[in-house]
Amino acid sequence: MVSLIINGTAHDFDVEPDTPLLWAIREQAGLTGTKYGCGVGQCGACTVHVDGAAVRSCTLPVSAVEPGQKIVTIEGLSPDGSHPVQKAWVALDVPQCGYCQSGQIMAAVALLQDNPRPSDEDINAGMANICRCGTYNRIRAAIRLVAEGGETSRG
Amino acid sequence: MEIAHGPSRRGFLAGAAAAAGGLALGFHVPFPASAAAQTAPGTSQSAASAPEINAWVVVRPDETVVVRIGRVEMGQGTLTGLAQLVAEELDCDWARVTTEYPTPGQNVARNRVWGNFQTAGSRGIRDSQDYMRKGGGAARQMLIQAAADGWGVPAAECSTSAGVITHGPSGRTTTYGKVAAAAATLQPPAEVQLKDPRDWKIAGKPLPRLDTADKTTGRQVYSMDVKLPGMVHAAIRDCPVFGGKVKSFDAAQVQGMPGVQRVVAVGETGVAVVADTWWRAKSALDALSVEWDEGPNAGISSASIAEMLREGLDAKEAFVGNQAGDVRAAIAGAAKLVEAEYGYPYQHHATMEPMNATALFTGDRCEVWTSTQNAEAALATTADAAGLPIPQCEVHRTILGGGFGRRATSHDYVRQAVLIARQMPGTPVKLIWSREEDMLHGRYHPVTQCRMVGALDAQGNVTGLHMRISGQSILAAVNPQALQGGRDPATFQGLNPGGTEGVLGYSIPNLLIDHAMRNPPVPPGFWRGVNNNQNALYLESFIDEMAHAAGQDPLEFRRRLLVNHPKHLAVLNAVAERAGWGKPAPEGVFRGLAQHMGYGSYVAACAEVSVSDEGKLRIHRIVAATDCGHAVNPQQIAAQIEGSFAYGLSALLHGEITLKGGRVEQENFDSYPVMLMDEMPKVESIVMPSGGFWGGVGEPTIFVAAPAVLNAIFAATGKRIRKVPLTTADLRRA
Ligand code: FES
Ligand code: FES
Repeated sequence: MVSLIINGTAHDFDVEPDTPLLWAIREQAGLTGTKYGCGVGQCGACTVHVDGAAVRSCTLPVSAVEPGQKIVTIEGLSPDGSHPVQKAWVALDVPQCGYCQSGQIMAAVALLQDNPRPSDEDINAGMANICRCGTYNRIRAAIRLVAEGGETSRG
Repeated sequence: MEIAHGPSRRGFLAGAAAAAGGLALGFHVPFPASAAAQTAPGTSQSAASAPEINAWVVVRPDETVVVRIGRVEMGQGTLTGLAQLVAEELDCDWARVTTEYPTPGQNVARNRVWGNFQTAGSRGIRDSQDYMRKGGGAARQMLIQAAADGWGVPAAECSTSAGVITHGPSGRTTTYGKVAAAAATLQPPAEVQLKDPRDWKIAGKPLPRLDTADKTTGRQVYSMDVKLPGMVHAAIRDCPVFGGKVKSFDAAQVQGMPGVQRVVAVGETGVAVVADTWWRAKSALDALSVEWDEGPNAGISSASIAEMLREGLDAKEAFVGNQAGDVRAAIAGAAKLVEAEYGYPYQHHATMEPMNATALFTGDRCEVWTSTQNAEAALATTADAAGLPIPQCEVHRTILGGGFGRRATSHDYVRQAVLIARQMPGTPVKLIWSREEDMLHGRYHPVTQCRMVGALDAQGNVTGLHMRISGQSILAAVNPQALQGGRDPATFQGLNPGGTEGVLGYSIPNLLIDHAMRNPPVPPGFWRGVNNNQNALYLESFIDEMAHAAGQDPLEFRRRLLVNHPKHLAVLNAVAERAGWGKPAPEGVFRGLAQHMGYGSYVAACAEVSVSDEGKLRIHRIVAATDCGHAVNPQQIAAQIEGSFAYGLSALLHGEITLKGGRVEQENFDSYPVMLMDEMPKVESIVMPSGGFWGGVGEPTIFVAAPAVLNAIFAATGKRIRKVPLTTADLRRA
């Protein structure tokens, strides 16, 4: 039995301790906004926040989550898609297929929390998530839009 | 069963012929509205209870308009673009437009009223725009007629605007929602006048996509996310050696592991573990040892394939794709000969969402939920694997987490899901491929080599060109019926003497483009851009080589050869002008050009790169021009141009699938790296629709990505790179 706090709700899950957090989120908590892309920490599709830090949940066994640590998934970012990063994503029509975008958004939120005014180099370094549709330039533009505080007027 | 020649294809032709009085497909309405589409995960609520004006348009009493989409959305924006075209002719309120996918079963049952579901070849919009616009226009006329009948006035006195119908002389108004039920009972008009694209108000505009919001909240349901009551999960391992089979496995080894329900054979080639969760299924599968019968291809390697192709470069026999004059005489009489050999490797699609499908088999019915670029082909595969007639099967589509061609021709993942579900009647089974399984069982971009021989006269004019391609045919593997006397016409994409799809822009008096087909036992598939990718890379690199051999500017050299093809020339001129060709570039930055025509569109690019003393490449900027005839949503075309560059440059910089022992050596993104944000150049797109034709936009700019960069690398370093990818290339200045 593993206890996890996901999006503010405490859950007890009957899973093996080596189960990756990703699969506990998707299969036990039923939150499918967090995606499986590679399972080896390469793509970032599974990015969630653990105590505010971006974490690739596919390589984090649930046993490594400390009691009391707060996990936030894309579903918990805002109740209605109103987080400034989500609004910037909508304002610039960032997603194509969209499959990578939960992870991109979670990575971007963490990046902006650490560095509210990132340079393009900071963004490149902080956003190592794969997007096979190639939305990179719009992602970068959306992050800049948030950094410049422009998402509210344009979103 | 393969696409385009199965029973459903014949059904389509019969359905088209049956459409009364030569009416366009879109408003042939054989069944009443009650047969309307049902809800599938990932699409809007069913419009079943609201009046269907015709197959394409449903208007609800609350004024919402549901546009039915036969093609599929995989990120390329087709869903929004097609809805814009229908809404334009319907003249409804864009803010109230939603979309819905009909199922392939409904399409079959209704004589393929929604036409072809296949979404590939950059055809999503260009091949359905005519009948869908007519569907929208017909619905508008029927709504007007219903209002006019109600008022007892001539329809000609009524006009529409944003879903409101006005009777001019009396000033009375009503809305689409109010007359929809009456309109649904009317006969469709015999003729529909389509708007002049110059008068478009909804189409042609850079509108936001309809499907963005849910993709930012995690609410978008991909087939990976489908949930059904009582569903179990399957992980699979198929023989990693192409053509091999399962020899044995010991189910008892993992039977007792947590959550495991079944360990089953999947056809002759695979083994699956079924468990209560996918992670448990995968953990058990990882613990299961399987003995393989590796079959006849166990000796295949990248080296043996390269040798097979090399032989083709010299072969006497080859299929001809384009021919003029006497190339051998031109080569024999050349003042200067230019020769070079190129190669393009296997590439993997690496869609972000690995292959997956959910199947429910109940003995006399089989239903599948999946990501597919061709739901009708997926339905045929389902029926075949289930051993049931097509009318007893159904496929529910979701939005795709990437397609790029992988989900277009091969529904191996659907077949496997059904084969597993057949062994557990009544239980829905979701099969998910691990990324490793996905990497090992792709439908790879075909491998080719090319030898170029160019003849120049004393003034540096091109007098002859022989382009010999040796390598794999996609059609020979996926649709052999489409071969013409053994020749694969698709290998000559963008090199054709005429037609509307992909014409060679250069006029060369003595020309031979031929193909020595060599088919290694590695399954090929359509990979975004398809054969245009290597054809453009080979030709545009070599044109550059000839320009330099002739001591001429690559732009001027191309311009002279393009005199007979003004549209090819126009996009080239556009990028040259915007990039500032001929003017000094920023310090240390060098430019390269490329142009090509494919999928009915004309594209060109100018790349700006720098190469450090250590040989490190940076791609700073790409200026890209596209003439796609009509531009339905310019901001989405720009998105496709950017995405095409990311995909094409990823292949150029990193992409290579290699083989050893008959199996693919790469297993995940650590061994098959793809482009990340730090390598993505700034992209400036010039969308320049010249009107009068409909070209595709999902793929075309990918063709010019790699050659423009390679030509810029030559300008920067004096080094001509003739092999993809650049991973092992030494780019330090020559
Ligand atoms: S799924 Fe976790 S990094 Fe790819
Ligand atoms: S939007 Fe498709 S992978 Fe990023």
